Amino acid sequence: MSGEQWVSLSALQHLLYCERQAALIHVEQLWREDVNTASGRLLHERVDLPGHDARPGRRVERAVRLGSERLRISGRADLVEYHPDATCPTGWRPFPVEVKRARRKSSEADRVQLCAQALCLEEMLGVEVPEGALYFGAQHRRQAVTFDSALRARTEEAIARMHGLLAQRRVPLVPRAPKCEACSLEPLCLPHVTAGQRRVSDYLRQLVEQEAGDRAGMSGARGDPGDP
Amino acid sequence: MTTALNTLFITAEGTRLNKEGECVVVTIQEEKKAEVPLRHLRSVVCLARAWLTPELMESCVEAGIHVSFFGMTGRFLARVEGLPGGNVLLRRQQFRAADDPGVTLRLARAIVVGKVANARQFLQHARRDAAEEARLPLEEASRRLSEHLRALERAEELDPVRGLEGIAARDYFEAFPALLKGDARRFSFDGRNRRPPRDPLNALLSFGYALLAQDCAGALAGVGLDPAVGFLHEDRPGRLSLALDLMEELRSPVVDRLVLSLVNRAQLKPEDFKTEAAGAVLLKDDARKTFLVAYQNAKQGSVQHPFLGQQTTWGLVPHLQALLLARTLRGELDGYPPFTVR
Ligand code: SF4
Repeated sequence: MSGEQWVSLSALQHLLYCERQAALIHVEQLWREDVNTASGRLLHERVDLPGHDARPGRRVERAVRLGSERLRISGRADLVEYHPDATCPTGWRPFPVEVKRARRKSSEADRVQLCAQALCLEEMLGVEVPEGALYFGAQHRRQAVTFDSALRARTEEAIARMHGLLAQRRVPLVPRAPKCEACSLEPLCLPHVTAGQRRVSDYLRQLVEQEAGDRAGMSGARGDPGDP
Repeated sequence: MTTALNTLFITAEGTRLNKEGECVVVTIQEEKKAEVPLRHLRSVVCLARAWLTPELMESCVEAGIHVSFFGMTGRFLARVEGLPGGNVLLRRQQFRAADDPGVTLRLARAIVVGKVANARQFLQHARRDAAEEARLPLEEASRRLSEHLRALERAEELDPVRGLEGIAARDYFEAFPALLKGDARRFSFDGRNRRPPRDPLNALLSFGYALLAQDCAGALAGVGLDPAVGFLHEDRPGRLSLALDLMEELRSPVVDRLVLSLVNRAQLKPEDFKTEAAGAVLLKDDARKTFLVAYQNAKQGSVQHPFLGQQTTWGLVPHLQALLLARTLRGELDGYPPFTVR
């Protein structure tokens, strides 16, 4: 594998939602700015976590650039809080917070993405990062996430899988699923036609038959019940 | 994919375009004429000499808005676009496909099948409400197109496919005068000629095809394909061969339909054209505007996409076809499904 290849943190979200989506965005470089992504971005720009950064003794950094040489992964965290902690060499323990748009529940994808940020922070700062949080903008609610060994393993596995897709430059074909309805890439992915088989050959054949259909067939189709 | 695919046409000499906030401001002779939000724009087409500020150019390039320039006679001169979208991998696949005779044949054949089927549909449709004396030539032409479709299905080499395309086009345009109604019969039409167009109908067709080719080129660039590397059309310096390929199936349902409806409804008359000394025919300025407005309106019209099975607009069809072509080149479809009208 080429040492140049890096996985972006956001790719993990995409990968866990749908392998094809991850490949369309990160291998094919397709992106679609639609209402969802635009409103998500606006929220990111505006959100200011009421009550949390104000807590005494905490430092907050926004749009923090993160990366891990070991995992070959990089990107940005929305926000990293630094909680005072005497057991850390620097006196601060990083605590990543990922902002989510109007959703109530955290998904596996959210937790994996957050955990990947924690893995980067651990490598960059040389401290343990045991916990972080997801913040649900619309409800002003936050949910703590513990980076236990199971979550860490799932995260590393997802990163490896994404590296695999990039290395092979592969865009997998996946069958249409209910989640496609909510997928912002659906109009470019065309899951209902790309996952099918030999649909175009049938379409072309029908077309020729219909248009070049013999004249008898045509007048029949025009509906002449009295035709002998 | 954006749903607002507006094109800003510049038709007045000496128009200035600059950027104010997130808008394009159009100024003609020191007078502000229009203000269009950038995000509503897909392309800017300059049909007259125009000034664009570097700031506006930069924003257009970044927002993926294509800017194209045409000469006074409607001849395409240049287009400005940023880094191609999509991925270099797709363009490599496109170039490999263009070098592979088998793939080229299948793509070219599908394109011509789409073109001939649509041309035939167009004649069949017109036949229904044609005058008695026009029915026979229309029927005869559409019967010939049916035969060409059959022959295409059997064509196993590129040359016969190209040959059949030429013959089908000739048969189709032979029937074209039968499509003229009422006062529009004053227009004479003796087959297709284009360099330069030598009668008003040919001038209209050429103008419409030039606009459609730009829309197709923009759509192809939008999905990351190189508009200059084609399959049916051979590569030639300065020619957008793939855009011409993509345009084939859309010629009659988009441009021909528009041209005929404008002349048959007497929105354009023989007096709206001027003939140069050497015989080239041009649209007068007002006629150009009439045509551009009608072209823009036609793009808003909705249509059913037969392969995708969804409702869309004519303006989006080139984009959907470009996407389907990209999916074909990536091997995700078993062939290219041309857009066809039912
Ligand atoms: S439309 Fe469906 S298959 Fe395609 S990327 Fe989205 S979720 Fe995946």
